[in-house]
Formats: sequence, structure tokens, C-alpha cells
Amino acid sequence: MDKMPKWADVILTPLISLVLAMAISALVILAIGESPWEAMKTMVQGALGSSYGWGFTLYYATNFIFTGLAVMVAYHASLFNIGGEGQAAMGGLGVALALLYIPLPHWALALPVAMVGAAILGAAWAFIPAILQAKRGSHIVITTIMFNFIAAAALNYVLVRLLRPVGSMDPASARFPEATNLPSLSDAFASIGIEWGRNTPANVTFFIALLACLLVWLLIWRTRMGYEIRALGKSEPGAVYAGISPVRITVIAMLISGGLAGMMAINNVMGEAERLVLNAVEGAGFIGIAVALMGRNHPFGVLLAALLFGFLYQGGGELALWTSIPRELIIVIQALVILFTGALDNMVRMPLERLFLRLRRKEVAE
Amino acid sequence: MRIKDSLTAIIVVAICLVWAFVDARAAQQGIDSALRLMTPLLLACLAGLYSERAGVFDIGLEGKMLMAAFTAASAAYLTGSAWLGLLAGIAGALALSLSLVHGLASITFRGNQLIAGVAINFLASGLTVLVGQNAFGLGGRTPSLSGAGRFNPIDLPFAETLSGVPVIGPIYSGLISGQTILVYVAFAMVPLTWWVLFRTRFGLRLRAVGENPASVDTAGVSVTRLRYAAVAICGVLTGIAGAYLATGLSAGFVKEMTAGRGFIALAALIFAKWKPWQALFATFLFGLLEAIANLYPNLDLGIVVVPSMFMNALPYILTVIILAGFVGRAIPPRAGGEPYVKER
Repeated sequence: MDKMPKWADVILTPLISLVLAMAISALVILAIGESPWEAMKTMVQGALGSSYGWGFTLYYATNFIFTGLAVMVAYHASLFNIGGEGQAAMGGLGVALALLYIPLPHWALALPVAMVGAAILGAAWAFIPAILQAKRGSHIVITTIMFNFIAAAALNYVLVRLLRPVGSMDPASARFPEATNLPSLSDAFASIGIEWGRNTPANVTFFIALLACLLVWLLIWRTRMGYEIRALGKSEPGAVYAGISPVRITVIAMLISGGLAGMMAINNVMGEAERLVLNAVEGAGFIGIAVALMGRNHPFGVLLAALLFGFLYQGGGELALWTSIPRELIIVIQALVILFTGALDNMVRMPLERLFLRLRRKEVAE
Repeated sequence: MRIKDSLTAIIVVAICLVWAFVDARAAQQGIDSALRLMTPLLLACLAGLYSERAGVFDIGLEGKMLMAAFTAASAAYLTGSAWLGLLAGIAGALALSLSLVHGLASITFRGNQLIAGVAINFLASGLTVLVGQNAFGLGGRTPSLSGAGRFNPIDLPFAETLSGVPVIGPIYSGLISGQTILVYVAFAMVPLTWWVLFRTRFGLRLRAVGENPASVDTAGVSVTRLRYAAVAICGVLTGIAGAYLATGLSAGFVKEMTAGRGFIALAALIFAKWKPWQALFATFLFGLLEAIANLYPNLDLGIVVVPSMFMNALPYILTVIILAGFVGRAIPPRAGGEPYVKER
């Protein structure tokens, strides 16, 4: 018998965690002498109050959907992939190489090519930690952390020494060809006569992210492969007994995870910057951890959590603009969300379970 | 000690000797800089050693150091005393590791230690800037420290008289003397840690808790208390490390000033296979790599030119190779990362 109903597990626990995180953040804002209510109003106004705000919120959310899905897929195989940051950075390199060196006449053609480039490099960056975990038992958390730093150094080298155009001081690649620039959502709206979100970076990648959510859901819950990933995540001896190869599934789960993280690059590198810059990922890989935990490792939850973090990100930027609260407030909120939904999960869950047990006993008694 | 265990030591000494042979002045400057750069790494590495030997994996070293650096710099600026800064640094890291997060999450509520570590890193990275901007209004920096607000170099006795003597002179007066007190503290921690872990009852129990907590519990010793003690020691050491960063190595706190040092310390811990003496040499090696990368942005080895980015990434690459187990396998404490659930 489950200790509490499913809806409580899926909705109530993340919600309580979120409320706790928000409450503590409010205390922090109070402690630095600002009004939490005003801060909240500024954030909502800035992120959701206009189509301009929405344009940025959706852009950030797109990034977080990809990295959140990446963490989620690995998590189902009980692998904790903190390497999203490095994998997404490498995905950026894949996009840049594809767009700079393959002549592509139209964005509709460039998009799939760039996606393949991003996914291949992201997956490749996850491959070595995966194979080391599977074959040699090296802890994937440690190796993926190391690979984040190696990716940063490698990209630094590539940008400064190889991809930087002659005469440019900026450690960034050349601009991608005009024809490959993705249409932004505001362009799409403009073409049907609606003015929406001018000068915002949200682009068609958002729909690809939504599609990715659906595909990941199908993969995890509707395919044999997904079943094998989940079986391995629940119990390795059980999976082996069922004839599932842990090496194979570990590697496949990590390749999918790395590929998804890498695909984030079509949003930020191809869609927004339109060239590869240093530190293009800006921590989105790590936010994926919070998004996956908050979203209870379900694609729909990831989508909602990504929207929430997109809102926090854009709202946080507005906060820094209009009040004296710096952007870093968002990092604190993000830390608290990770803390409550990930590490202190039991603290929220145990009293809830007790509550539901007591309620049920009362029902039985009556 | 087997030859495999002292491999790092041999490599470190070889690098120093070759360097001294090629260019003695640059070597003295570089090794001096390496000693200073390795100090926070060594302290953080030993901090992780206590924690992980007791079965609590700690990827939050970075955040604890960052928090400590901030509280230390703030207190040192406000009081004008580096020593009060040091205390504040220890308090900052301790508060973060114990009360709030690590203890509660990984010991009491049996949560995921790795996720707790990630949360600690973000919490420190956000809070330091948030509070710093509010208190000093310098975009997350603290005002720069001077005079007694910093730990200043101290000259050891006879440093002046011995400086003319060949070989001993440059080593004693140029390298060993003239460091700040916290550098000596860090080096003294190595034999102390060895003694505590391998020659005291507390150390034996600590190691046992990391390998097989059930047996410790059966013997009537509290697993929870031991792990809290280990996490507390970890907090104190990361506190000193952070305080050294802000008040010894540089003059004040800068946003994100740990710059991945917590992770390099973690790498060094794996490199050292969770042993104190090896930790000394592993962090020395990583300090040397950093110093070399700083001194020579393009290291010309005759055959190849090594860019500084490669030097910066080398600690991580080496650690992955060690983890892969091709060169001397690194085996972590067996119960590491797992919360202990008492049988009922």
C-alpha cells in the first residue's frame, strides 16, 4: 500500500518545497531591507506582464527544457549527470562547426544539420564519462564535473586560437551566415499580423523543445529502451537478471542525456547569439538539475519547472534593473529549490506521509 | 609505502628539479607561487578527506570555501583584523556545512549527498553576492584589505643570514620563509591529519564509519555523531581555506573567487586516493601546474608548445585518467555517499 496518494506525491511535495524555497527567499529579501511583495510584483510584471517579458521567459525556458530533460533521462537510469553544462557547451561547438563550414542555403535546412551537430558533440562529451562508469566504475558525478572544466578549457582554446576571426579581439567565432538565422517567435507572429515580443530572443527552438518533451515521454514510458533504462535505474541486479546489459543501457542513457543537453545550443548559439561566444551556456546546464528535480523527472513536470525557472530568470533580470536586489537572488532561489526538492526531500515527505497515514486510519476506523 | 604510492611525490620533485636546473630564478619564483596557490587546495582537500572518509561525499567544498572567503573578508574589513576574519571564515563555512545543509540533508534526513553539495555551491555563490552587494555596494566585492586586515608574510628566524648560502639559501629564505601563517598551518595539517586518522581511536572509528557504518553502530558508537563531527571538521578546514583565499592570497573578496578550486581539491582528493600525505603531493602538483600556466601562457617544451588552457585543464584530465583506473586505481571509501539507516 502506498503511504500517500499519487497526486500528493506528484503535486503536493514539489509545491510545498517551492513554497518553502520562496519563503526563505522572501526572508533573505527582507533581511537586505527590501520588500518581498514589491520584488515579486516587479518579477511578475517584468517576466509575464508584457509580450516582451514573455519573449525572454520562453527563451530561457527553452534552454532549461533541454537541460532538464537531459538530467531527467540520466536520472531514470539512476545516473546523476551534472555535466550538462559541458555537454551544452560542446553542443554549441557542434552548431558553430556545422553552420560555419557547411554551406546551408536556408534555415529550415540548417536547423536539422545544426541539431545533429549539437547532439553529436553533446553526446560525445557524455560518452567518455558514461563508458568509464559502465566499464570501470568511475563515479559519473565526479567525471562529469571534471568534463565540465575540460570542456570550458577546450572551448576557450578553440575560440581564442582557432575559430576567432583574424583581427578580432573578442574570443568568439565569426557570425553565422545570414541565411541560417532562425526566425524568432516575434517574426512568426508578425507574419500573421500580430505584434508580439519585438526584439526578444525566443525562437522556433521552443517548439522543438516541446517536441523533445513528448519524445522523451514516449521514450521513457512507451518503448522497450525506456523500460530498460528505468529497470536499470530501479535495480541493477534486477536488470541483469532480466537480461538487460547495464553497460549498454548506461552508455545509451548518457548519450541521449548528452545529446539533449547539447541540443540546447540551437536555442542559445544558433537562435540567439548567432555566433559562438565564450561561456554561452551561462549556467543553464546546472539549472537543468533543479528543473528535473522540481519536475519530478517527468517531461511534463520538466516543462512546467522550466517555465518557472524561465520566469525566475527573466524576473530576476528585471529585479536587478529596477531595484537594488542583484540578479544573484535567482541563484539563491535555485539553490533552495535544489535543496528542498532534491536533498531535503525526506524532510517534506515524511510529515506528509504521516499526515496521510493518520487520515487513512481515521477513515478505516469510521 | 610502495613505489606506486609515491609516484606523485617523485613527479613533483622531478618537475621542481628540472625547473631549477633550467632556470633557477624562475623556478624559485614559480615554486614560491605554487606553494601559495596550493594552500587553499590542500586545506580543502584535507577537509574533503575527513568528510569522505566518514562516508559523506562532498562536492560542496567549492561553496563552503566561497562562503568562508566572503565572511572572512567582510569581518576582516569591518574589524580590521585578519584573525577575526579567519574566525568569521570558519564560522561561515561551518554554518553552511553543518546547520543548514550538509549535516541535515545527508545525515539526518538521509537525502542525496551529491544534490546537497550542488545546492551548497549555488547557495554560496548567490548569497555572497546578494549580501555583499547589499552591505558594500561594490557589485559583490568587499572593499580591499590592507595592513592588519590581511595575513602578511612572516620571516622565519635566520632567513636573512642564510640567504647567501647556495642551495639552502634560496630554498629556506626564498621558499620556506616569507609565507603567511596559514600556509604553515596548512602544511602542519598534513601530519596532524595522518595522526588523527591512523593513530587515534576517533580516526579509526571515522574511517570505519566510511567503510562499514553498521559495524560501528553494532559496537555502540553513534554513526550520526561521528559523521556530524567529520562534517564539522570539514567545515573548519574549508573555512581556513576560504579565509586564506580572501585575506592571504588576495586582498578581499571577489565574486566567484574560488574559481573551481573546490573541484580541483576534489580532484586532488581522488588523485591522492583519500590519503593525507598523497594529498600534500597531489595538491602540490596541481599548484605547480597552475603556477606554470600563470608564468608561461605558452610553454615551449621544444617539441610542442603547450597552451595555458591545457595546463589549466590538466588536473581534471589527470583525475579522469586516475579514476579510469589505468594508472593505479582510486577506490573510494565503501559506504561513501550512502546515508546510514539504523536497523529497527
